[in-house]
This record gives sequence, structure tokens and C-alpha cells, in this order.
Amino acid sequence: MLLRHFLSRTFLSQSFISAGAATAMALALASCSQPSTEGRVAVTGPAAPSISSVSSERRLRLMTSAQYLNTLAYVFGPNVRPDARFAPLQRTDGLLSVGTSIAGVTAGQMEVYQKTAASVAAQVVNAENRKFLIPCAPKSETARDDECARVFLKKVSRLLYRRPLDDKRLDEWVAQAGAGAERLKDFYTGLGSALEGMLFNPQVLLISERLEADPKTPGAMRLDSYALAARLSFFLWDAAPDDLLLKAAEKGELQTEKGLAASVDRMLASSRLEFGVRAFFDDMLQFDLFDTLAKDGSIYPNFTATTVLDAREQTLRTIVDQLIIKKRDYRDLFTTRETFLSPSLAALYRIPTTGGWVPYEFPADNPRMGMLTQISFLAGHAHPGRSSATLRGKALRELLLCQPVPRPPANVDFSAVENPKSTHRTARDRVTAHLSNPVCAGCHKITDPIGLALENFDGAGRYRTTERGSPIDASGNLDGKAFTDVTGLAAALHDHPALTTCVVKRAYAYGTGGPADANNRATLESLDKSFAAGGYRIPGLLRAVATSKAFSQITTTPTATADASAAGGVAK
Amino acid sequence: MADFNRRRVLRGILDGGAVTVALPLLNCFLNGNGTAMADGAAMPVRFGTWFWGLGMAKNIFVPKKTGKDFDLPEEIAMLAPVRKDINLFTNMQAFRDTEANRCHFTGWVINMTGQAPKNGQNTPGETIDVTVASQIGRTTRFKTLNATATGDPRSTVSYEGYNAPSAAEFSPMNFYTRLFGPDFQDPNAKDFKPNPQTMVRKSVLSGMLDDVKALERDVGAEDKARLDQYLTGLRHIEQQFEQQLTKPEPRAACVAPKALTREPAAGGDAELYKARHEMLTNLMVMAVACDQTRVFNMNYSAASANTVKAGYEKPHHTTTHEEPMDEKLGYQENCSWFTRRAMESWAYYVKAFGDMKEGDGRLIDNMLIYAVTDHGFARVHSLDGMPAFTAGRAGGRIKTGMHIATDNSTVARLGYTVQRVMGLDIPSWGTRSNNTSKEFGEILV
Repeated sequence: MLLRHFLSRTFLSQSFISAGAATAMALALASCSQPSTEGRVAVTGPAAPSISSVSSERRLRLMTSAQYLNTLAYVFGPNVRPDARFAPLQRTDGLLSVGTSIAGVTAGQMEVYQKTAASVAAQVVNAENRKFLIPCAPKSETARDDECARVFLKKVSRLLYRRPLDDKRLDEWVAQAGAGAERLKDFYTGLGSALEGMLFNPQVLLISERLEADPKTPGAMRLDSYALAARLSFFLWDAAPDDLLLKAAEKGELQTEKGLAASVDRMLASSRLEFGVRAFFDDMLQFDLFDTLAKDGSIYPNFTATTVLDAREQTLRTIVDQLIIKKRDYRDLFTTRETFLSPSLAALYRIPTTGGWVPYEFPADNPRMGMLTQISFLAGHAHPGRSSATLRGKALRELLLCQPVPRPPANVDFSAVENPKSTHRTARDRVTAHLSNPVCAGCHKITDPIGLALENFDGAGRYRTTERGSPIDASGNLDGKAFTDVTGLAAALHDHPALTTCVVKRAYAYGTGGPADANNRATLESLDKSFAAGGYRIPGLLRAVATSKAFSQITTTPTATADASAAGGVAK
Repeated sequence: MADFNRRRVLRGILDGGAVTVALPLLNCFLNGNGTAMADGAAMPVRFGTWFWGLGMAKNIFVPKKTGKDFDLPEEIAMLAPVRKDINLFTNMQAFRDTEANRCHFTGWVINMTGQAPKNGQNTPGETIDVTVASQIGRTTRFKTLNATATGDPRSTVSYEGYNAPSAAEFSPMNFYTRLFGPDFQDPNAKDFKPNPQTMVRKSVLSGMLDDVKALERDVGAEDKARLDQYLTGLRHIEQQFEQQLTKPEPRAACVAPKALTREPAAGGDAELYKARHEMLTNLMVMAVACDQTRVFNMNYSAASANTVKAGYEKPHHTTTHEEPMDEKLGYQENCSWFTRRAMESWAYYVKAFGDMKEGDGRLIDNMLIYAVTDHGFARVHSLDGMPAFTAGRAGGRIKTGMHIATDNSTVARLGYTVQRVMGLDIPSWGTRSNNTSKEFGEILV
């Protein structure tokens, strides 16, 4: 895992446009094409056959700050890293990614975009970085040099716009850089002003999808090659396409089954897949909640700001290790005892550890088993000062099984069962009392029997056997499967049919940017079968989604018509 | 004053790098008695909002007496120092008609848009602050400013469109940088040095406007509105560049604060809310005094407030549902504790603007703040019995110090009133049962 991180960072430590780019790319691809025995993704072969005749919708997605930073890291390398704090997105149909397809742009956001772009541009052209990031030197640093400006802007614009710029627009950017250089008497500042404009350009920050007629299906529309490259890249790498993917688009390879499969397999084998997988699960598990999570320090003094960061990281590391590096069955994520520990988490797990992140396996007699018993789930779905069977049960239903839980009625009154003078000492006592109220019972029967199995863990995720002096009964039932403790819940969840259909649904929605609903039934059923046939391996699922017909074929609407002027596939 | 027309001063100096422009004394920009600008224009009237979550407890919040000199029950006793500057409206209703009661959303959305939301995520359209900003906020550096004491940028009740919430600034240090960092132009500085790089930046924007239009061919009809938003955003940036190239009018009260070096830690503790709120409020007051904005929003807590009381296991929202009613007190003690903390911060907010001088008067005399919540009676999350406040005299257009107990009026009536006061020529506001063309005449001068 650490090796993988090292490789990842090494890859990103070279920018694409730097003088050493060719070497870096060669090294990176060499490592990707020869996966280690520890477990590169080895999903090869021709693209999956068309899984259905259905299609997805054309989207206009707003780039996230992570996608922006990942793209910049590829284009300019790690020395250029602004503080990009884009506005939070609204979760839609379970995913922020779907929210990007409807998100508006406010004046305040535009300010952030401009400031971020200015910061990036200034870093790129500063005296230190220009030597590596600008592939030519001007004849004079105090005057315009259109030739050098063109070399740089042409190269960068192709990566930022995700397709080549047409000559007219490129001329305009070059002229802009020249005019800036003349006015400011500084070639680099002039060039930076053009780059700054490019970096918050609508065609860069808004991910639009250009269509073309699908020659294989008369009357149907599909993404053009560059739009498909972008959809693939944001799906699998959480970043804009790299040079090779754009070249594949340019050659039309992505529109053939064989060419598409080759590109997807290359992307799955790349170290950059880790960014994509992290982003997908961070979204699906609603880990943005950690952006604001805090506990009451007087109740949980060991739960610090570092704990919040590490709890999120622990689960993401476990996911990457289990699902991508070791290629384990997705369902095993909920029963595995393997994970990673940091010092701040070790304090809550009550396990001695050395500094930094280390792999750790909980012993067989330890109640910690699977993702549900990690701090991220236990503390993330609890109150600041106590546990919550309801919040945990609700999270399990909604996040992992894609089963929405109805909102409570406005005037819900729990005070009778929460009365401190009452005899309800444990969460189970209180929940049982809720269930006697028919108004409450409808929803709480869906959530609480699951959440009660996690009551051996307090609001910070620490293990306990009693609450207010009374022993905790962690038995429960998940849709007919009874268990006596959290390990039984993990096993029941592992075998729950909705566990796998949910991640399929989320992956498809995440990749296409729209809700996965009844309109996509045929596609989803086909993906479900493919996922099962492949042993529930996430790389296989990602591949099936990326190569599915629905991923690239677009629902025909009155507005979705081919534009003859776009035949060249260039940005205007 | 006419001799110092801003464009005239700037003419020809942009290419000249550093330029020193002699300026007259500040007081020559005001008229003789400090109640208007020297050219006779009235002091600008500013508009703000303030939001707190989870309403109140009626029996200890709603005064018995109406009109002037109303009593201050224990849950709002802390408003005594600012009573003369506020109006309190009680017993209003947010009518949801046939829409579902989307808890913690329907109430404030009707307050801010006059319409019941059709889902639990997006507002029916722009909120009242954005509408007012389109009227009065076009000449300042920021059309609106949004801040929140919760630590969460999603704590906002300001939407530029149905899908466009304005993220709230939650970090005082970041807010400082945005307001008074390198891009701040002190309106009282002796020297004015327009940055030639800003002119270059501005020229880049014209091509980008074309890029937005070019995108239209690649999007569906429903996304064209989003492109329009982008276009509007670019124009906002263009306007900011324009202002950076323009010598600002002096503002006597404007004194850029010292840079912040620390801020409260993350967390929901009420003490942290209070500290953040104070720091953000102080910055907001100075931003208004420096005429950086004329429209601003502050969220003390979110709807469905999750404020925490140290050592008490339930956050505010959970408390409303789970805390038993204290039979002796007649209310939920801890729940009211949270509301009282909110009201203390409301008092701080009003006082902060009241303490700022402007001309011969106070800043708050030239502003109108509209303070709303998401529910009426916190314990049952009601949409009736809803309270709201205004603060400030709006340049002498309204009276203050009054309690108006309505007979179940729509909350939109107050929203309509404040928009009229702010100069919007609208015959009515709100939809269905929230539609109204009736102002609160009691407070109008």
C-alpha cells in the first residue's frame, strides 16, 4: 500500500508538460502495464458485449475541486497546488456526483474560481516553476513572444479543455498573452494572464458533452470521442483525460469496442485509479460529513480533529487495499478484519501502535470486523455526545443498500422515552419504547434493529459492553436474518442481495452523472449479472460500466442533435 | 466633489504604474450635518439577513404587550440593550398549502422566497437578499456576502437560483482575507495605485463570455439557465475588476481591521458558535462600513440546528424532540438554553451595527436587517406561531422598538414589507396562501 502511494506520488511528481514528461510517462506506463503480484487490476479481454439498448443522458457537470486539483497535478505537477475550496455540492439521489449535473454557479463561486485560477497561473509562471513547466524560453522576458506563447498554450489548452482548441480561439489566447506582455512589459505575466483566464473558463470548469450520430445504431446519438474520453477519465481517475486518452480519442479508437477496452484497461491498470476509487467511495459513503464532523470534547476527549481526518482515511485506505490492490470480493469489505491504523485511531481502538499508518489485522476474537465497525461509520453516524442506533441503521440502509428511509414527522415527540427519570437505561430500552408508538414504529423498525447491533460502540466508536451500568444486548435482525452481535450483522450484510445491487447502481450513476432509476433497469440488471459473474470485483464493475453501451450512447431528445460544425471535435 | 469624478481621475493613468492622487478631506464627502453624501445623495440603505434555527418556546418568547415598550420574556431578555433598534413580529404562519412539510426547510424557504418548496433540497427561486441585491448591490465590490457561525459552508439561506445556494464563509480568517486581504482597496487611502495587471485580467473576460455562448450548442435546454448563471458570474468578476481600477469613495468609518491570526476550532459547541459569530460579525460590520457590500447574510445556526452544549449529550435539534417538558418551568429547559444563546448572538449582531458611527448617526440607522427562523414552536417544529425580527431604521423609512403580534398572517407579509422598504416596486409577493400585497403599516414612517 505504501509502495503504491509512493508510486502514485512519483507519477504525479512529474508534470505532463515538463521537460521530463516523456520519461515520467514512460515510467508510469511501464509500471502500469506490468502489474505487481500484489494485485494490479488484471481485467483484460475485449469489451463487454452491449448490455442493453438503453442509453444515458447528456450532462453538463460542474467540475469538483478534487477533479480540478487532480487535473492540475497531471498537467503541472505537484509544485502547483492551490487552495481550491469550491462551493459544496448538493447531494442528489445519494451522490454529490449527480449533484454536479444540476449545480448552479453563484457570483461567490465565480470569485473563488477566479482567485484559484490566478493562484495557479502565478505559480506556473513564477521564476522557479517556469523552467520546468514552460517548454520554451521567450526571445525577451520583457516583450511578447507569440511563438513561445503558442507552444505552451496549445499544449496546456488541449489538456484543460479536454480536446484541441480550434485555431481561432488559440490565436485569441496567444494574442491575449501578447497584449498582456506588452502592457505589463513581462512575457511571463502576460502568459500567466492568458492561462488564468483558461483556468476558470466555462469550457474548462463545466464538463459539457458533445454528441454525434452513432453510425452503429441509426437514429441514435452517442458522445463524441473527446466527450467519451472525459466521461471515462472523470469516472475512473477523478480527473481530466491524459495525453494518451486524448490521443485515443483523436484517432477514433474509443468508438471501437477493441479500442475502448484497451483504453479502459490501461486506465484501470494505472496508479491513478486509486484517485478515482477513493473519490467514488468518498461520495457513496457520504464522507463529506467529515468536513464538519466534531464531537463534544467533554464527553469524548480523545476524538480530535486528527481523528476526523484519520477515520476517513482509514476506511479509504482499507477500500483501496481490499478492492483494488488485493482485488477482494466487494462483500468482504464488510467482514474483513484487515485495516490500517494511525496513532490517533489507535487511541480509540485501544491498540498500541507505532507512529504513522500501519497495516493491522484485528484478531478473530475481537468484535471489530468490517467497515461497519470502523470509526468512520460508528462516529460519523452518531450524535456529538452519544451513539445513535437510528442514525447508524439509517446510514446502513441508505448508503449501503440504497434503501431510502422516510423522514420523521415534524412533531415527533420522544420525550416520554428519553425522560432521565424513567427506567430506560440503554438505547434498546428507549428504542423498544419508540416501537410501541405506531407513528414512530413504521420507520424505526427499518433502522433500529440494525443500529442496535452497533450499540457496543459509543458515539466516538469506542467499544463498550454496558450503557449506564446495564449490559448491552446487540442482537438484531436484518431483513429476516437474525444475529446476536455485530459480527452477525456483518455476515448478514455481506449476504444481503441489495448490498451488491446498490454499489452497481451507485457506480453507474456516478459514472454517467445522473440518477440510476427505473429508466436504467435493463442496464443495471445486466451490470448486476456481470458483477456477480466476476465475483463481485470492483475493477470488473468499473470496467463493465465504462464499456457499456449506455455509458456512451445518449438518450435522444429534441435538443440532443449532432452539430455538423463540431465534426472536427475541437473546442471553440 | 465633482472635480474628483472617479473616471476623470483615472483617465490616462492606468498605463502609468504607480500614481499618487491627492484627495480632499474625508468630511467634504458628507453634507454639513452628516446625514447624506456631500453631493446630496442620501446615505445608502443596506439590507441584511440573520438566521437562527429551531424557533422558540412561545410562553417564554412572545411578549404579552404589543406596540412600543413591549416586555421581554426570559427567552429574549437579553435583547434589552437593542430593543429600541428592533421590531419583533410574532404569531405568523408559513403556509405550505398542498406541499409536504419539509422539516427545517419549508419554513425558512417561505420566509426567504414567499413560496413553499416542492422538494427538500432546492428553493423555488432566488431568495429575498438576492432580489434586493439586484436593486441596491450592483455598485459594490461584493453583490452579497454570506457568513455562518456553524463552521459549515452549507449553512446558508441565500440562493441565487433554485439550484444555486450561496456558500457561506465559515472561517473568520478566510473571511478576513477575502474582505481585507490583498485585493482590498482602502477607500480612505491617500494614494490610489490601480494595478495594470487588473486591466489585463479584465480584457481576458470578453473572450470568455463568448466561450459561454459557444457552450450552448453542447447542452440541453434545461442547462442553458446554468450557462446564464455562469455568464452572470463572469460579469460580476468583470465588475469587480472595474472597481479595482476605480478610486473608491472615501468612507469615514472604514478602518481595515488587523489581520486575524487565529480562529475558533471546528465544532458545534455553542461557545464556538458564539466566538465565530462575533468574529464574523465584526468583519461584516466593517465590510459594510467600508462599502464593500450593501447586502449581507449571517447564519448563526443552521436550520435543524446542531448546536452543542458542552457535557450535554444531545445537540439542539435532538433536544427539541427528546427533552421532556419541565412541568415546573413550563418549557424544555435545555432547548431554551440553546435558543437563548442564539438570541444573545442576535443582540450582539444588532449592537455591533449600532455601535458603528456613520456620519452623525449610526450605521444601523441606514440599514434594515431581516431575521428569520425555520420553525415556530421548536418542540413540535410548527409552521405557525412563527417569529421574526427586523433591525434598523432603513434610513428613516421605518419605526423600531415595536412588537407586532399578527393574527396568523403569512410570514411573506414581512418579506413583502422589507422589499418595499428597500425600494422594490412590487405589487405583491409570495404564492398561493403566502401571496400578499399588505405591508406592516405599523412600522412604516
